[in-house]
Order: sequence, then structure tokens, then C-alpha cells
Amino acid sequence: MDIDQFLDQHENKSLLRLLTCGSVDDVKSTLIGRLLYDSKLIFDDQLSTLHADSEKVGNAGKGEIDYALLLDGLKAEREQGITIDVAYRYFATPKRKFIIADTPGHEQYTRNMATGASTADLALILIDARLGVITQTKRHTFLVSLLGLKHIVVVINKMDLKDYDQKVFNSIKADFEAFSAELDMPEVTFIPISALKGDNVVEPSSNMDWYTGGPLLPILEEVDVAGGINLDDFRFPVQLVSRPDLNFRGFAGTVASGTVRPGDRIKALPSLKESTIKRIVTADGDLDEAFAPQSIMLELNDEIDISSGEMIVHAENMPHISTHLEASIVWMTEKPIKEGQTYVIRHTSRSTKAKITELKYQVDINTLQRHPAEELQLNEIGCITLTTPLPLFFDSYTENRETGSFILIDPITTVTAGAGMIKRHLSIDQPDAETNLPEFQWEPGRVSPGNRAQRNRHKGKWVLFIGDAEHAPQLAKDLEYKLFNKHLQSYYLGLSNLTEGLEADIGDSFWDREEHIRRIGELGRILTDAGLIFINSLERADDYDLTRLKALHAPNELLVIAIGESTVDAKHIDLQLDADGETEELIKTIEAELDRHTGLPEYNI
Amino acid sequence: MKYQLSQLKQLEAEGIRIIRDAYSQFERPVMLYSIGKDSGVMVRLAQKAFYPGKVPFPLLHINSTFKFKEMIQFRDQFCKDEGLDLLVGFNEEGRAAGANPFDLGSRKYTDLMKTQALLAALDHYKFDCAFGGARRDEEKSRAKERIFSFRDQHHQWDPKNQRPELWANYNARVNPGESVRVFPLSNWTELDVWQYIRLESIPIVPLYFAKKRPVIEHNGMTIMVDDERLPLDGQTPREEMIRFRTLGCYPLTGAIASEANTVEKIVEEMMTTRLSERSTRAIDRDSDASMEQKKREGYF
Repeated sequence: MDIDQFLDQHENKSLLRLLTCGSVDDVKSTLIGRLLYDSKLIFDDQLSTLHADSEKVGNAGKGEIDYALLLDGLKAEREQGITIDVAYRYFATPKRKFIIADTPGHEQYTRNMATGASTADLALILIDARLGVITQTKRHTFLVSLLGLKHIVVVINKMDLKDYDQKVFNSIKADFEAFSAELDMPEVTFIPISALKGDNVVEPSSNMDWYTGGPLLPILEEVDVAGGINLDDFRFPVQLVSRPDLNFRGFAGTVASGTVRPGDRIKALPSLKESTIKRIVTADGDLDEAFAPQSIMLELNDEIDISSGEMIVHAENMPHISTHLEASIVWMTEKPIKEGQTYVIRHTSRSTKAKITELKYQVDINTLQRHPAEELQLNEIGCITLTTPLPLFFDSYTENRETGSFILIDPITTVTAGAGMIKRHLSIDQPDAETNLPEFQWEPGRVSPGNRAQRNRHKGKWVLFIGDAEHAPQLAKDLEYKLFNKHLQSYYLGLSNLTEGLEADIGDSFWDREEHIRRIGELGRILTDAGLIFINSLERADDYDLTRLKALHAPNELLVIAIGESTVDAKHIDLQLDADGETEELIKTIEAELDRHTGLPEYNI
Repeated sequence: MKYQLSQLKQLEAEGIRIIRDAYSQFERPVMLYSIGKDSGVMVRLAQKAFYPGKVPFPLLHINSTFKFKEMIQFRDQFCKDEGLDLLVGFNEEGRAAGANPFDLGSRKYTDLMKTQALLAALDHYKFDCAFGGARRDEEKSRAKERIFSFRDQHHQWDPKNQRPELWANYNARVNPGESVRVFPLSNWTELDVWQYIRLESIPIVPLYFAKKRPVIEHNGMTIMVDDERLPLDGQTPREEMIRFRTLGCYPLTGAIASEANTVEKIVEEMMTTRLSERSTRAIDRDSDASMEQKKREGYF
């Protein structure tokens, strides 16, 4: 191949942005160093520095090259032996160019990992074969899922220290799949490697014949990244308005998603004025079509007033236009976020103020449990609602990374304080607005709850079992049966039945949980209003779920019965029962509790 | 139609986006122009960003007084041809006192005539945003640099306290006196820069191309005798086929022996000689982490 061909090839390569995550001991820097080294991308002077530094400060052992030294940039970090910030590395193979975001695995640096993940297409999650899936692995995987990465490769490193044993690999893989099931992950690829020895990094390892999936580098070279770009919804945040002379007015910006052609009917937001595309202007000539992420200038056929920070979209495909939104938030600064505080929000090309209207909950990323919280500290993750004086034009983060993301800036210190990902389902209930509470809006029939209670001989009531996944649903069914036989209006609903019907449009992962709970809450409110004793089992309910369900179900009553161990706050639990108890006895205890609350008619018991 | 941009087109689109974003968010931006190949690419991106309009902010060149003569000639011609507004900054006191790298040593001289001169110019014009052509692949400490990189009132960079940078949502907020350096070429590699120069036919200083030039040996580097200020230390300048991989102050910029006189040959040479780019810069070799030190002080 001559140099012209080489250059043409380099120019036309595809680009993969990847994120490495692993704890400090996983030596992910070593892996990247190994990739650079084995694909012969380390320059000679860097190599001789590397040899000298390895002797001086390396951690790899005498005579061994410490590949991590290639990557650890800053002096202090080199001395501490850890990478403490996000570093970007570049390398190219004949097939593809790579940008690697190398981020720290250390606990207090969640913000750095979120930063690295925000621009990455693929995440490499490193697991130490000696340690298996640890808390940090779970934390990293959660963040990768939160930031919506479409491709995940789990690299199980240090296989050389576990005798290249297939059983070790299989068991770690099974552990990973078990804990990540709830996170709605895309397809995950697992690779057993030794970064230090070079097994399955660039070349297939002869030490692990049982593994047939191919080494890391070829996998990275072949991942299809184009699929991650949203080509359906045309969104064009206007950065600048260009008026070089009286005859030309162009709107400059980068296509955030979708495609556009001359002649397309468009709408300007927020004015909702319509026009058509006259030209797609670039310095290299007009285009017949533009798509994400091209930077272009649009000229329209009509004089419409559009300013920097506004948006052009296809007339028939609109984003949400609102001054309210709900988002997951990663908090990134020392001063905590609280309800009522005001920040500067930067969303697409628009900056405005944002007032935090509600801090809904905090997520414990080790357990995926959510808790109501007063504030979020540095590196904590939660869910907020906010309101802005100017409308924002947005999609959910799941549908559109560009129009679904924003940052919050502290107006005093000007630091980047938080990173937000807009939720798919916007809360319909607004607990802070009194007039929006259901009972203010509920349209009653002519039969009152009192009439119903008289007829049924008991009040409507919701009984929710939580805790032990085996016993809770069983007891729930037993209770329904027992009450039914006493001629009471009991009804057990297995919540999994909703998947294909009432919840057919949402998934069953952690990310859909909010909407899942909202629908169950609304359903419970209706059924207890109809006078039923509504019975379910929601084994994994957390503090936030119970807080929400109680709010949604108000003013009707919710009785929470915990079976065996549970992680929720005791204040939410009305009755705590031992999972190993005799069913008969347990049911009796529950009935007694129901009696206390609901006034089950005496003669039935 | 295949809806996928090549890596180079993605870098171009990203660079244009960054320049437009900074321009729309800051009050007084300026583009630092070093006359080098990276600056050439950055200026081209700025032209594309505002096409069919003109680049709406000035370029600023810091003249340390020891730049290659050909660089200055190229600069003036280039800015004239392209219709660019050029500002030139000097350390006037240093210039009057005849500051030079031979008496002061490379570090002191660079600090005085480049860093201090740059900071004085930024203060003088009250620029709140300075575009720079630095790339993350150049040097280890730059790998952690943000695209929008915050500088305090003293123009200092704190590597431990950088703003997190997510997606393409850049934080351009500063308080009075503070500023941001913006690096549109952050994600470019040296090869990308050359490839783009070739693709776009971007004019570059002839010193990048091999030619017979008069040189002597100085501090272990091959130094071109650009004018009479260079102490010859008893050596007689000899004519050699050389070129420069980076351009700066001529007494501090080592030449490499080379026959490469086209962009293609330069790339070919780069791929075969395999010496990393900054290895010809005296300043990086002063101490292990010297670039990081310089950056903390305000140097690019």
C-alpha cells in the first residue's frame, strides 16, 4: 500500500469512542497500554521513557514493563499510583480510529466516570478474575446503564492468575448477568484476558482454547456504532444566526439527530412558525441531505424570526416543549442540591435558569434501592423535577442523547454542578400543587364509599406484601382466598399480568420502575375506591416505591406487610412477619391487623 | 445513502460545533494563532464555521522575538490572503531588555516571552475565551485537558479541579476576570492534522518541508541558524536536508534530518521514524512533568 492509499484509508475510517471502567487494581491502564503496545502504536521515545519509568516508579515488578505508565498523565497521580481524572487516549488500527476515555474506578469519582461515559459509544467493564463481580463492578455497570451506552464488553482480566480456568470465567459471567438483569442492558460480550501477558488482547490466547469468541481488539474493530445514532427525529438546535449580507440569513448548528433535505417542511420552536428548507449551506458546497452529527447552516424559504438557543424540527415530528421536566441527575460538586435551589441549565444550544421543584429520591447505586432524600451530595444520583422560565425543546434521554441531556451550573461559583438525563415518562401528578391532588379532581358517582362499605361490610383497602420473593406472593394468594371464602370482596392481582396489557408499552427494568409504580398506584386507587380489598405482592419495593404508592393511593389506605427480611425503612411497614412461620398463623395475624384497620365485620371471623 | 461520517469528517463537524458554541456563549473570544500546522487547521475550521460570513473574532499571535523569519512572513501573507484580523502580542519589557534563551535558559525565557506575553495580551484586550490548537494526544498532561478549559483570574489551570465535561454541553460560565481556553482540536491526532491539511490543501509554513538549511549542534539538538543572534560556539554552520516537526522559537526547536518535501512524504516519514511529536521541543525535556508545570502557569 502506498502512502496515498494509507492516507485515504485513515481519512475514511470509522470512529469508536470507548470508556474503560474498572477498579484501580484492575489496571485498566495496563490494558490500554497493552493495546497500544501490541498494535505497535507507541513511539520509540515513549518506549524508552517507559522502560526508564518502569524501573523508577513502576508497579509491575522488576524487569516487567508497567504499561499503565503510558497513560497516567499527571505527576501527583503517578506518585500515588492511581489515575484520578478522565484521560483521553487515541489510537488507530487499519480498520478504525479509537478514542478511549480512561476513568478512575475509585469510589469518590462517580462524576468522572459519568463524564467519560457521556461521550462514549461502548463501555469496557473490567473485572479482576480473582475478585469476580464486586460492588464497584455493579456501580460501574449502573452508571453505564444510566448514561445509556449501547454496547458493553465485559473483560475478565488476570485469567493467568486463575490458571486460565473456564469455570472461573463462567461463574463470573453468570454473576454479572444475574445482577445486571434489572438494568435493561444491551447485549453484553464477555472476554477472558490477561492484560499483563497479552492473552486475548490483540491475538487469540493459546492458554484458553475453550474460549471461541475472539480477542478484544477485533471485537472493538467490528462493533457497529452507526446504529446508536437517532436518524428518525430531526432536531436542529440553532447556535448562531448568520447575516453576512442583506440577502442571506442562515441558521448555524449541528444536526443533533435525524436527517434533513431541501424542501422539507419545518417548524421553528418555540414560535411554531412553519417554513421549508431552501438550502443546506456548508463551506464545501450545498448538501442534498444532512444528518447527525454534521455541522451545517440552514437557509429557509420564509423570513421567520429564530434566535440562538431555539430549535428547528420537522413540522410533523415534534419534541416535547415544556418549562417542566423530570430527570435523573448525577451530582458533581461539593455543595449539595436541594429543592428550591436555582441553577443555570445548559441544554442543547440554550442556557436559562432552572429551579429545582422536587427532589424525588436518591438511588443507592450499590443496591438499586431508592430513598426519599433532602439533598444529593457530590457523587450521589437521584431524580429531580425542575422548572425553567424559557421553554426547553427536548426528548427523553433514552430516545435522544443530544436533546435528552443537560448540565446544571452553579450560578455563583460557575462550576458544572450536575448532569441530567431527561426521563421518558413525565409525572402527571404534581404533589406540590394542591389542586392537582386526585381527590380534588375525582368525579364521584352517586354511590359513596360509605354506601359501598355498608354493602360490602368492610372498607376498600389495599394490602401489599413485600420482602421474601418466594413466600410473599403465596401468602397474598392465601389471604385473597381466605377472605373470599368469608364473603369479602378480596381480589389478588399478580403484577406480572400487567406486562402484556396495561404496561405493554414499558419495559420491566429499573429505569421503567417509576412508571410501573405510577400505574399500579393509580390502579390500586381505583380498585379500592370500588370497595375491594386489593391484594398484591411487590417483593422488591423500596422506600421510594412505598412513598409514591401511598401518595398515589391517598386518601385510601395502604397496608404494607413485610415477609422476612426487607431493606425498607420500618416506618413504611405496618406488619412484619417471619418468612418461616406457619401459613395459617401468618394469615391469622394479617387478618387481625386488617380487622384493626378496616373493621372486618365481627361475625365473619 | 449511508448515514455515517468518516472519522475525519466527524472531527471536522465537532470542531466547527465547538467554535460556534464558544462564539455564541462568550463576550470576547480570540483565536490564539501560533502559525503552526495545528493553528492552520483550527483557522480553517473557524472559516468553515462562519461561512459564508467571515471569522468574527481576531487571531492573536504571541511573538517571543525568536520565531523563525519564515514563520512571520508566512503569518502576514496568510492573514492578508484570508482576510483575517491579526493581533500581535510581545513582552515589551523583555524585548527592550533583549531577553533571549541563551542567557535565560529555555524555561525562564519561555515563561517571560511567551507565557507572560500571552497573559498580558489576554488581560489587555479582556478576552474571556481563547481558542487554542492543542491536541490531547500531544503530551501526557494534555490527555486530561477539557475542551472548555477553565482558567482562574491568574490564568492558572488546576488539573485537580477541572469542570466535568459531559456530552457536548459545554460550560462557558465565568466570573469577571476568569476565562476559558477552548480547544476545538482536542480529539485530533497528529496524523489527522496532516490528513486534513492534505485534504483541504491548507497552506503551511515551508519549514515543515525538507530543504537544505544551515544548521549547528546545540544542546544535543540540530538547530537552524535563522539569524546572527544564535551563538555558534565555534561551529561553522553546515548545510543539511532538514525539516521541522513543530515550529516555535528557532533556538529551541530541533530540526530532523529528512527528505520529506510533501505532505504525503511527511506522513510516510512519521509512520516509519516513530518518534513522538514533542520530542524535538527542548521545553518538554527539562523535567519529567515540565509541560504540566507550564500549563498550570498559563502556558498552552
